[in-house]
Amino acid sequence: MPVIDFANPTRFLTIVNRVLPWLIAATVVLFAVGLFRAVNAPDDYQQGATVKIMFLHVPAAWLGMFGWGLMSIAALGTLVWRHPLADVAGKAAAPIGAAFTFICLTTGSLWGRPTWGTYWVWDARLTSMLVLLLLYLGVLALYWTAEEPGRGARAAAILSLVGAVNLPIIKFSVDWWNTLHQPASVFRMGGSKIDPALLTPLLIMTLAFTLLFMTLHLAVMRNEILRRRVRSMRLMQAQELAEAT
Amino acid sequence: MNLGPHADFIVAAYAVTVFVVAALVAWVVLDYWAQRRILGDLEERGVTRRSQRKG
Repeated sequence: MPVIDFANPTRFLTIVNRVLPWLIAATVVLFAVGLFRAVNAPDDYQQGATVKIMFLHVPAAWLGMFGWGLMSIAALGTLVWRHPLADVAGKAAAPIGAAFTFICLTTGSLWGRPTWGTYWVWDARLTSMLVLLLLYLGVLALYWTAEEPGRGARAAAILSLVGAVNLPIIKFSVDWWNTLHQPASVFRMGGSKIDPALLTPLLIMTLAFTLLFMTLHLAVMRNEILRRRVRSMRLMQAQELAEAT
Repeated sequence: MNLGPHADFIVAAYAVTVFVVAALVAWVVLDYWAQRRILGDLEERGVTRRSQRKG
């Protein structure tokens, strides 16, 4: 089947209905394994048991940024090819990405209090992550308040592309500025600095959260396609009523 | 399992995450049921999309 066939909404729905049960099962299994490994992971020699917060915080941070990356690619599809499924993908990623960014900020804050002695500092990493959450809320506001969905989609796509500038700022903020947040320790040149006893559950939890993101994204896309069908049918119904009177 | 002197922070982090993820899942499931129900109602009343109509 040519790749372009997946972009047909009806065919896309058929594929989603087939794939979703498998994705849900894989997500549940990975979370069961990941949480078991996280609970039984040893304490860190400096952080103690608070290192267990890392198993939530790191995947949430990655998915907050991944969600915006996905929206930026979808924005190109909306603005350049004007494909409706691209807009559906972008719109579906926004609430999920916002939720993971919120989890990242909250868990980071709860980790910061016992480790740094404060819930929040206005350093570059934390502030750029907060900006990401505000950008997500901005995109959601554009989608929810636009009277004409097409106009809202284009405005959200432009904001998605402009906001993508924030992604390298988040990633390299710990290198460019002197921050309280520690530098990259998982994916870095020269390999991870984390002990395998902590790295393995972290990677399993990251994979589990990524599968959860994909599952939710496909499910929200399916809902959005159905919502657009409802809107289209209601418009047809209104048109028929207007012609009959 | 001993979570040490900062157990409250660890439990709170997991609780927030579970709450947010559960809220997301509930929203997705409820929205799916709602859209299916509305589509079913419209189809019962004979409303079809333009693409479903025969030339």
